[in-house]
Amino acid sequence: MTLFTYAKAESVKDAVGREGRFLAGGTGLYDLMKLDVERPEALVDVSGLPLEGIERTSDGGLKIGAVARNAAVAHHPEVFKGYPVLSQAILQGASGQIRNMASTAGNLLQRTRCVYFRDVDMPCNKREPGSGCSAIEGYHKNLAILGVSEKCIASNPSDQNVALMALGATVHIQGPKGQRTIPIGEFYRLPGDTPHIETALGKGELVTHVSLPPLPQGTKSLYLKLRDRASYEFALASTAAIVTMKDGRMDDVRLAMGGVGSIPWRAKEAEAILKGQAPSPDLFQKAGEATFRGATPHEGNAFKVELGRRCLIQALTLATTPSAQEKA
Amino acid sequence: MPQDLPDEGQTPSTTRRALLTHLGAAGLAASLGPFALAEAPTDKSGTVAPTAPSGSLVEEATHVSAPTTLVPFALKVNGKTVRTTIDPRASLLDTLRESLHLTGTKKGCDHGQCGACTVHVDGKRVLSCLSLALASQGHEITTIEGLGTPQKMHPMQAAFVEHDGYQCGYCTSGQIMSAVALMKEPVGAEDTDVKEAMSGNICRCGAYANIVDAIQEVRKA
Repeated sequence: MTLFTYAKAESVKDAVGREGRFLAGGTGLYDLMKLDVERPEALVDVSGLPLEGIERTSDGGLKIGAVARNAAVAHHPEVFKGYPVLSQAILQGASGQIRNMASTAGNLLQRTRCVYFRDVDMPCNKREPGSGCSAIEGYHKNLAILGVSEKCIASNPSDQNVALMALGATVHIQGPKGQRTIPIGEFYRLPGDTPHIETALGKGELVTHVSLPPLPQGTKSLYLKLRDRASYEFALASTAAIVTMKDGRMDDVRLAMGGVGSIPWRAKEAEAILKGQAPSPDLFQKAGEATFRGATPHEGNAFKVELGRRCLIQALTLATTPSAQEKA
Repeated sequence: MPQDLPDEGQTPSTTRRALLTHLGAAGLAASLGPFALAEAPTDKSGTVAPTAPSGSLVEEATHVSAPTTLVPFALKVNGKTVRTTIDPRASLLDTLRESLHLTGTKKGCDHGQCGACTVHVDGKRVLSCLSLALASQGHEITTIEGLGTPQKMHPMQAAFVEHDGYQCGYCTSGQIMSAVALMKEPVGAEDTDVKEAMSGNICRCGAYANIVDAIQEVRKA
């Protein structure tokens, strides 16, 4: 690990004014520093800043502080009851210990689990631009089939971010030049020719919180995650589904997928097919096919076209089928 | 290990670890030669700035990745504040084990994948391998040593003994720290809920069934 300076930020203003990387939970950054993948010269510890709050906003939505820990978010009554999709996504990610450490903004900026990105002895365009991609010809079972490029097929490993994408969250940022907001749909960058540029976040900018819009009454939301083992494993495919029914039709549908995309993947084609329609297996099938029509699978992850399609269909089925409790 | 848990009054020098540590230190001294480490200054902004020592840091010691200066460090562990100096890059895990000699906390994968290093920070279970020691200052750390003693075990420790919740024992302190913290978390009543909540603690020997039994006994008590 390279040497670095360490400072505890005393305020958001103090943090933004300092050169260096922001450290919150450390589960991502510090892990990658041990592997020499991340080599910050300075760490600015923001874990103690008063950015932990989770509270209702005036428009009926929810504001989640950047350093609110994943466990605190998932178990918060407003999230647990009001945004089940986010609670379920977080609780299906990582382990109890890691969820106590990982922060909302840290999770938002989580790096890929591509084995070549984590191995400094191997070429990787994301880690070292221009060095090549080892994954395309190598091990890529856990990597993306949507939004990939010839330079990079890394997947975004987060569950939280899939839920935030479906919810249409807004990322609130404080930078050296002031505050700004970015809709999450514009926060992540496709790899293209510059896989090392992952988000719209600028130099010195600090995420202060994430806000969620209010969900219409009667909206059902859930997160379905498919993986190699039942717990403590990254998604091979996952779906965040948010459906509002009205008179037997899907008045609003918001879908995002994890495990299959280079970024948390909003399934817009599927949403367009489903919106305003009555739910049916045929329609869900069409939505699933549309989502993966533009997929670029490789030998080791071609199974994700079928798995992803089934994942989306199953999530839609669950989101539109009244539970025994609801029927009663 | 019985050797690692001497009866009170027994000197630590009789333990296996102490013997190995002495051997290791002797070996290291032979290969390193003179080794100078100075304390780093803290500037007005509160930034801890390690600088390379001016003296030569033995070129032949190729496994030392970079010249390091130790920085002042204070930590509240098991109710006591301890002060020492550490490498600013050190994890909480390495600091507990190597600087504070609290070796009950184990190093498994060192990358947040096995749970052997689980400790409590302000009462919550975390992974000490993914915690930067410097960032742990100002928090209350509890390790397995702060939970109970061989003479007066924590109920969870006693339950692990009772139910044979281990084989080789390497993951055990992490399992127990995780299990104790779990008691205060919203975890369902069933065995499957415990398995899910404990999935961050890997047991290579596969003592899982007995671990679940031990935890459930304490939860139902």
